[in-house]
Amino acid sequence: MSRDRTPRAYADPYLAGAGLGLVLLAAFVLVGRGLGASGAFASTAAGAVAAIAPERAAASPLFSHYLEGQGPWLEWLSFELAGVLLGAWISAALAGRLLMTVERPVALARGSRLAFAFGGGVAMAAGAALARGCTSGQALTGGALLSVGGWLFLCVAFATAHALAPLVRRLWT
Amino acid sequence: MSAPLIGDASLGASLSAAVALGAGFGFALERAGLGSARKLIGQFYGRDLAVMKVMFSALIVAMLGVFWLSRFGLLDLRAVYVPLTYLWPQLFGALLFGAGLVIAGLCPGTACVAAATGRVDGMFVVLGFLAGMVGVGLLLDGFAAFYESGAHGAWTLPELTGFPYGAVVAAVVVLALAAFAGAEWIERRVR
Repeated sequence: MSRDRTPRAYADPYLAGAGLGLVLLAAFVLVGRGLGASGAFASTAAGAVAAIAPERAAASPLFSHYLEGQGPWLEWLSFELAGVLLGAWISAALAGRLLMTVERPVALARGSRLAFAFGGGVAMAAGAALARGCTSGQALTGGALLSVGGWLFLCVAFATAHALAPLVRRLWT
Repeated sequence: MSAPLIGDASLGASLSAAVALGAGFGFALERAGLGSARKLIGQFYGRDLAVMKVMFSALIVAMLGVFWLSRFGLLDLRAVYVPLTYLWPQLFGALLFGAGLVIAGLCPGTACVAAATGRVDGMFVVLGFLAGMVGVGLLLDGFAAFYESGAHGAWTLPELTGFPYGAVVAAVVVLALAAFAGAEWIERRVR
């Protein structure tokens, strides 16, 4: 395993993007569906709630979807997301980029950064649940398949982030 | 031979493919540096538009691949799952998601990449996202009508606009190339 002191520079974004596009194309060709992320969390949440309060899970329009068919623990996107963790770890290990750290500006306390990370995650979950997908499942996969909802999500989510960025500059500089 | 090659027939093969494809996804995101909140957030301040470059490169490669493979009869488009459109919840959901994104600095997929490479902030985004899914799932039966509103099924831009599939594909490629040129110009100006 690479233990370089200085981590290697990131890849060219166009090259990495083209590679990612080929992985997405392979997903369409192999299994007839694209990539995603939020579905793995939704199915895991569905499985957890169903184990504790089955009638509450069945009543939820979000959870009930994942309780059909193979059930929440054999969800395709959960296996795909396990692969994401593996692939990311391999890539970072090969480039000497594995490091336990909290990424934050000097002026922002660690606790604040972690609280904002958690809160941002909660807001994104609400958004992804309503939109039935996130940057991967709607914007990227839906975008490549020219889905109207995918392009709507892509444009509105990024426009909102750009519009709010000046208000939260303190979090990043 | 016509793709998709692995149907729903073999669960084992389908889930094995899921792990392999996910590994490629995670590898590409980490290579591009999108497991770093600081790099990702540069998008929204014009410092580093890697997010847009990666996103649009991937989108046009996959879009062109799907278009040409189906044109040559190698991929059956009817067997490819198109994410469903629900206009109003997707519009409102995208607003919430965009706000969460600029606060968290990572989206769900890139938060997993960040977490896997040791970034504790990525782990907290992942925890928040999972907690949020539990909470929203429990609250959502009160908003079932809104959740199902604006339903259009698998609805595509060629169907919306009436333009042929190939023309929309060409327009997206032109849009992406213009966006790349714009991104390079903005990065030079901000730096």
